[in-house]
Amino acid sequence: MRRGFVPFSKIVIVLFLLILSQGTAVAEQPLTSEVAAVAAAPIEQALRDITSEDAAVRSAAAALLIAQGDASLLPTLDAIRAEADRATRQAIKPVIDLLKNHANLTSAQSDTRRSAAADLVGTGHPEAIIWLEEAAAKEPVWWVKYTMEESAQLLRLRADAHAVRVGAVKKLGELRSQNGLSALKELVEAGVQSGATDEQRALADAAHASIGQIDMWSWWAGAIETLFRGISLSSILLMMSLGLAIVFGLMGVINMAHGELMMVGAYATFVTQQAFVGWVSPELFDWYFPAALPVAFLAAAAFGWVLEATVIRFLYGRLLETLLATWGVSLILMQAARVYFGDLTAVIAPQALRGGAQVMVGVYLPYNRIFIILLSIVCVLGIYFLLFRSNLGIRVRSVTQNRNMSACLGIPTRKVDSYTFAFASGLAGIAGWALTMVGNVDPGLGQNYIVDAFMVVVTGGVGKLAGTIWASLGIGGLNKLIEPVSGAVYGKVFILVGVILFLQWRPQGLFAAKGRNADA
Amino acid sequence: MPEHERVRPDSRETLSLYLVGLVLLVVLPTLNVLPAEDSWLHLSDFRLNQFGKFLAFAILALGLDLIWGYCGVLSMGQGVFFGLGAYCMGMYLALQIGAESVYGSELPDFMVWTQVKELPLFWYPFKSFWGGFLGAILVPVLFATLFGFLAFRSRIKGVYFAIITQALAFAAWLVFNRNETRLGGTNGLTDFKQLLGYRLSDPSTQRGLYIITVLALGAAYLFCRWIVASRAGKVLIAIRDSESRVTFSGYTPWMYKLFVFVVSAGLAGLAGMLYVPQVGIITPAQIGVLPSLEVVIWVAVGGRGTLIGAVLGAVAVNYGRSVLTNYFPEAWPFILGGLFVVVVTMFPDGLLGMIRKVTARKQAPAPVIKAEGRTAA
Repeated sequence: MRRGFVPFSKIVIVLFLLILSQGTAVAEQPLTSEVAAVAAAPIEQALRDITSEDAAVRSAAAALLIAQGDASLLPTLDAIRAEADRATRQAIKPVIDLLKNHANLTSAQSDTRRSAAADLVGTGHPEAIIWLEEAAAKEPVWWVKYTMEESAQLLRLRADAHAVRVGAVKKLGELRSQNGLSALKELVEAGVQSGATDEQRALADAAHASIGQIDMWSWWAGAIETLFRGISLSSILLMMSLGLAIVFGLMGVINMAHGELMMVGAYATFVTQQAFVGWVSPELFDWYFPAALPVAFLAAAAFGWVLEATVIRFLYGRLLETLLATWGVSLILMQAARVYFGDLTAVIAPQALRGGAQVMVGVYLPYNRIFIILLSIVCVLGIYFLLFRSNLGIRVRSVTQNRNMSACLGIPTRKVDSYTFAFASGLAGIAGWALTMVGNVDPGLGQNYIVDAFMVVVTGGVGKLAGTIWASLGIGGLNKLIEPVSGAVYGKVFILVGVILFLQWRPQGLFAAKGRNADA
Repeated sequence: MPEHERVRPDSRETLSLYLVGLVLLVVLPTLNVLPAEDSWLHLSDFRLNQFGKFLAFAILALGLDLIWGYCGVLSMGQGVFFGLGAYCMGMYLALQIGAESVYGSELPDFMVWTQVKELPLFWYPFKSFWGGFLGAILVPVLFATLFGFLAFRSRIKGVYFAIITQALAFAAWLVFNRNETRLGGTNGLTDFKQLLGYRLSDPSTQRGLYIITVLALGAAYLFCRWIVASRAGKVLIAIRDSESRVTFSGYTPWMYKLFVFVVSAGLAGLAGMLYVPQVGIITPAQIGVLPSLEVVIWVAVGGRGTLIGAVLGAVAVNYGRSVLTNYFPEAWPFILGGLFVVVVTMFPDGLLGMIRKVTARKQAPAPVIKAEGRTAA
């Protein structure tokens, strides 16, 4: 049985080579072993010629290698290049690039296929057009196929025939090719010059139209990406401010250490990762991330519980004091993290969250951001059910509305406080867990978002879920909307000014508490 | 707030105040000048200069105490006003460097690095000393008026105001860090040489600055005491304890708040102005969220709602910091954080409250009635 496998795998290799060589000129001939032997002779000759002193011989050899060679030559070529002189190296380099990328066009990895297609443009070799088009015809992934077509057209743009070039210009416009933009702009400039020929002018006209198409498209693509970035930031802010808003609404506690509880969640994720590195087999490494979710939640909740029991319980009803005391706690936690973990500890994202989705031409959405958006939606739903559809939720809401009356009705308000605070802290831990996917784990993690998160709470109004959601969408979205225009710093300043002006209009936030509690 | 609502300190305290003033103004500079260098009585130039810095901070703390301790409005953006004052004076000093600068240019050094060819327009007023002096007070005052008007008029109060001012400190820090604001970016303004023709490196100049700081602190203290003791001061305390009642009595609380906010900003500007020539550098690091909060902890440690407490707290915390950071540089954030927690939860009246409690018990063991500890929310 075992023996039978060996020839079979050989057949596979031969088949693979056959597929590889399909794009070359040799492919049209029936590929029998005889022909292969005949074809091998000039290749060997060319491999010798490429080290020749004569530049003409070298380039002829290179051209032959490109036309007839395949990826199997690469090790030989590399070996030649390693020992060769400068002129030879220059002659070999394009050969290697072309052959390698040509082989990669049929790679199993879509990313490799795509980058091969993109790299072939840089070689500028007309042979590659046919390769690209053939590969594109068989390509299953639309985005890779798009890149192949785009690259083929970019190469066609350098052809000599006028009709081909005009066709390529039009096609690039139809493809909304961002990469073709600079070449098209050059064509337009060439057409405007005084000594331009009729052909150049025609090309310029076509290029002008194509640029218009591309610009229009990229405006929309940019708008969609901005929107996405805004929603992504909003969802981070939302996850932070949900916990803040619940605690503020329920207990009248401003928890300045909320950002550091988030940091606790992030470090819990980091520690879980290190534990997996140490004790679990590498194949299971990616599972550290789901495993870290309960760890992060519980760690942050435990910190929050202790914080409530040791500091905050003495400060109920004294808002400004809670603010200051929790600031002190946040300083201590930050410094503790700095001393214990040092700066710059990063978490490696699991395979599933790396990379991103190319949803349309010019719009690339990273998976980690999508993940955070989805997570925040899950969090909101979870909180909604907990607050409005569970027994604990009824108690929390009743204590929020009237603490004394709830106590009279037999609700253990202290316990509700304690649980809610721990839960809100755990929520911060989950936010920290998710944030490890978009940045480093460092002691300043919480500080990056805390000011914005408080702006959300202030803008949204106290104790209203909807207010928090809308405010975080607004502030996150505005932040990313302004950023490209004015830079991140002035974006923050504008947001501050915007919030102050907004509070002129609605001093109690978007969704104000009404009635007796309004001035509490 | 409980028993320290007595606005006027009693006669013993007044006496001790005069004593402290005498020590600060006469004894310390004399100890710096007269005894020989190696004598144990000698106070080194460095120490005197450091003490001058602490006293400048004390003025900053006085301003915050006025608005937080007396009016119950917690401003977490005092560092911004301090920074504005400091930068105004710093710009004047930077322009005084003149041809002594590293590149020999009339422009400050950082402008030479950042390829600024001409002095930006807003720098021109600071060519004269009076520009720097008035700017250091007026710029924070005007800015506080605008900000405070918008904030107080729309009845942003309590934590809302605290959070907004914190965001202000954050935003200001970001802006001052930028190079294109032409204020030296992260490096700030430094390498000053002279003030009104006096060399800053000269010990006698520093001594003079120290004395000016003491006088300014005394004036600021008396000014604050005058405000607090006036009818307006009574309204401020009333606003702190129950803003709604003040409104119902026919007052307009936000006007009073705005007034006291602007005064505190002016004091912060004054403090910044005195700080810069003594320390010789001003950077955005003095402006951000943390420096602004440190002012709060000085006042809380010293005892808010008492002007002496603010001064005491500023000097004590800063002295402790300078000693401790020498020996345990990593421990300072722990201590600072711990101070926040301990003072707020256990000693809401601060050092001065403790001192008064002790002395009051010695004099008359009257029971202290704890009032409802609820500050304006």
